[in-house]
Amino acid sequence: MNWLIAILQTTLFVVLAPLLAGWLKMCKCHLQNRKAPSLLQPYRDLLKLTHKQPVVSEQASWLFIAAPYLIFSATVLAASVVPLIAVNLPTSASADVIVMVGFFAFARFFLALAGLDIGTAFGGMGSSREMTISSLAEPAMLMAIFTLTMTASTTNLSGAIAHVLNEGLILRPSFVFALFALILVAIAETGRIPVDNPATHLELTMIHEAMILEYSGRHLALIEWASQLKLMLYGVLIANIFLPWGIAETFDAKDLGYGLLAIIGKLALLAIFLAIAETLVAKMRLFRVQEYLSFAYLLGLLGMLSHIILEASR
Amino acid sequence: MILLSAYCAVLLSFASGLLALMMHQRQTLSAISEYGFNKLFTRNVHCRSWINKNLEERRFPVFLKQAVFVLLGLSGVFAVIAGLAVLLGKGVITDQIALGLPWLPWHIRFDGLSGFFFLIIGIAVCAVSLYGPGYVRTYKENEHPFAALGLFTGLFVTGMLLVLLADDAFMFMIAWELMSVASYFLVAFQHENPANRRAAFLYLLMAEVGALSIILGFGVLASFSTGFTFDALREANLSSTWASIAFVLALLGFGMKAGIVPVHVWLPEAHPVAPSHISALMSGVMLKVALYGLIRFCFDLLGDVQWQWGVVLLILGTVSALGGILYALMQPNLKRLLAYSSVENIGIIFMVLGLSMIFMANGHPQLAALGFLAALFHAFNHALFKNLLFLGAGIIHHQTHELNIDMMGGLIKKMPQTSALFLVGCMSISSLPLFNGFVSEWLAFQTALQVDVLDNGVLRSLIPVAAAALALTAALAAACFVKVFGLIFLGQARSRNSEKAHEVRDKGMLAGPALLAGLCFFIGIFPGVIIHLINNVSGQLLEHTLPNDSALGWLWLAPVSAEQASYSPPLVLIGALLAAGVCYWYLRRSPLTVMRRAETWDCGFGGLTPRMQYTSSSFTMPFRRIFAKTWIIDEQIKKDLQGAMDQDVAAVHYQLHIQDHSWPRLYQPIAQGVNNLARQVGRIQTGNIRTYLGYSFATLVLLLWVIS
Repeated sequence: MNWLIAILQTTLFVVLAPLLAGWLKMCKCHLQNRKAPSLLQPYRDLLKLTHKQPVVSEQASWLFIAAPYLIFSATVLAASVVPLIAVNLPTSASADVIVMVGFFAFARFFLALAGLDIGTAFGGMGSSREMTISSLAEPAMLMAIFTLTMTASTTNLSGAIAHVLNEGLILRPSFVFALFALILVAIAETGRIPVDNPATHLELTMIHEAMILEYSGRHLALIEWASQLKLMLYGVLIANIFLPWGIAETFDAKDLGYGLLAIIGKLALLAIFLAIAETLVAKMRLFRVQEYLSFAYLLGLLGMLSHIILEASR
Repeated sequence: MILLSAYCAVLLSFASGLLALMMHQRQTLSAISEYGFNKLFTRNVHCRSWINKNLEERRFPVFLKQAVFVLLGLSGVFAVIAGLAVLLGKGVITDQIALGLPWLPWHIRFDGLSGFFFLIIGIAVCAVSLYGPGYVRTYKENEHPFAALGLFTGLFVTGMLLVLLADDAFMFMIAWELMSVASYFLVAFQHENPANRRAAFLYLLMAEVGALSIILGFGVLASFSTGFTFDALREANLSSTWASIAFVLALLGFGMKAGIVPVHVWLPEAHPVAPSHISALMSGVMLKVALYGLIRFCFDLLGDVQWQWGVVLLILGTVSALGGILYALMQPNLKRLLAYSSVENIGIIFMVLGLSMIFMANGHPQLAALGFLAALFHAFNHALFKNLLFLGAGIIHHQTHELNIDMMGGLIKKMPQTSALFLVGCMSISSLPLFNGFVSEWLAFQTALQVDVLDNGVLRSLIPVAAAALALTAALAAACFVKVFGLIFLGQARSRNSEKAHEVRDKGMLAGPALLAGLCFFIGIFPGVIIHLINNVSGQLLEHTLPNDSALGWLWLAPVSAEQASYSPPLVLIGALLAAGVCYWYLRRSPLTVMRRAETWDCGFGGLTPRMQYTSSSFTMPFRRIFAKTWIIDEQIKKDLQGAMDQDVAAVHYQLHIQDHSWPRLYQPIAQGVNNLARQVGRIQTGNIRTYLGYSFATLVLLLWVIS
């Protein structure tokens, strides 16, 4: 039964991800005085791509073809770890938050290799930049997460969320710092403005898009879906760790329903904030990203120190 | 019985070295066999014809090389058996051999710690002996005699095994020197190149300085005890100052061998010039022997660890891990890159060992056992994947005659098996989930996160920062090995050599790496096997094991407690297969969407050539810019101008030299100091016999005065 709910939750995660992307796009369009596409447009795009015949370069090796499947399944696995509508699911015991970061690293490893596989200059550029940014983002992210896990004294995400729920609403300085650090990292890792712009293919600025230029058809669909999933995953992390109220602690239908409604509401709100931020802020130069990410790291470090100095039990 | 197989391992490796000496003794051997057959068993015709066949002039060298490696492989098998047996038996076996000094016979002690490192050496030696016969075939006998290579390989392995068995300082140093000197000859094997001779000399110099420092460390211990046996040294009652002095000496000595920044400089010089299977042994195994020495010295002989030592190890380890991977990132030479990456991994091990010491000294032995577990597990993993990568580098060098990764490319299609094995190595070393590197890194993070139990505020804020540095290291390692795999195997060939490369034909050369790759994956999925073994080691050495390593069942890994953290690689593997399988099946069911091959799109620009691909220096350019202070970068761009008023650029020359800070900052001042000192001393050497007679007279008078 528990496993069934866990699998259901993961499926829900995967299914809802394009919806979030559609909603985000809609908010942005409204903010920029443009006519918005339908909320279901991302689903249509994915469906269209899966019906197309994929064209693969003659230069491509097996790795290029296998990579989308690996990237997608690693991201799905990461999603299975994160509590979406309920805590205490068995999947969160099979992997903790460090493993989740590991899944992201796994997906990124293959994405970067796929970028290098064809031997185009664009692909290499994208891979190089992606690895640079992610290697700076990873310590910042872990710093923010360590703050949380040290407060909850567990690295199990479900356990950490349950801990925050039990403690009730306490304003912890460490959490505020960690929240901001995680938001900054999330923006960098999911390739949003100001670090990367998912809507552009301008050669000087693109990072994520440069690696996947040669993909088409179902391969492209998988990668697109994986990146939508990643966006939602970070959203859920931020929403459920720092504001976990509403998440189901028991597995009866009513609680699960409330959990679903709560997370949809929280994500919708987060997406509006992200859309406003993306509309207001301009994209950064590539070599300013390091300053941005070291700021995120600094916030994480401050969070950690304030936990150690102000909050720890002794 | 266990000890017997350990001795067998030592003797077999020694015998393989001696057998290699028979390379030029074919005549003698056939004479002996003739004599033997005439005298003894004349009846056994089959045996005789088999021996005679192998003693023929053409077959003999091949046969002998195989025999040498078979003996070496058997030695590895016996080492594995002995190691496993002592680890599972949880016993301590002691013995004495009547060798060595008259009043100090060789004391032998075989316990869990030695057994664990026996296991590491055994696996590595097995893989190398599968790989060796194919690899040494390319060496021409008159230029690079196999006798020297085989002899010193055998002695090298013997030395390493004896270090692990030693139970007195005297035997320990003999074995240690045997290991160092034998590996010096292996580094100097291709001595026709002056750079190789220089690297070998640097290695020997640093090995000997390190050995001196270890001897001094033992000396400090021995001056407080009754003898040189480890039992006596354990009893020694040191004040904390003297214990710290001994610790610093041991750290310098063993750290020099292990390759800790800033005493790592011999590693990137020596590893690339040795034959690949030797660099695999040196990097994968010999560094671990140095680690063994440090653990034996600190945790066993000194006994009461102090938390300050832990902090020193933690800081040194962090610096080495970060420095090692940043230097590795910049290297275009594959084996040099791997050598720097060894510095990184040793740094990680030292870091976690430091954590273990800190917990130990603060009275949390169970957490100390966790750190100890993470350190030894990472040592084991590093031995596996670094060996794998060095053997892979050897295959690549063998097939393309290149070590510069900027000259490779596209090898995944030409060498599919090698590329798959190398990919496993790259994924393990980048600590991706499902592979062994991830498990030890996860354990390291778990250790660091237990910092809340400590009372000291400085430590509590220092350790999370170190953990974040570890995260940065892991991410940089992933970037580094994306670069390595991507540039070597993916894309298009960047040189004629790599265009013409093909898969290696010798099955053994693939079998060795395949064994290691299989173990990397197996241990990544079932880490409990190794954790159980290491628990026995920490039970013996620290007298504490992990509280409940199987609270959730054997599928889960829950080092602290099930509530705090758990990881279940088999379930993750099942999940991954499920997810990938479902989408693979679902997306490929329609016949209308069969994949089509076409020309590379490249945004429609066309005219793609291999030279447009990213190279090592362009891939790492963002890193070079962000971490610019880490290296001494000498970047020169020269343009050839032509045409009226020099308006057109005919050609652009780009030069990039990246150097380690430790040379100009540390070594060159020392070298200069030594030179200056020598010049000062040189003043009294006038070359005049009368002056020298005067010196002798003065010395004599002085000595007489002292005696009277």
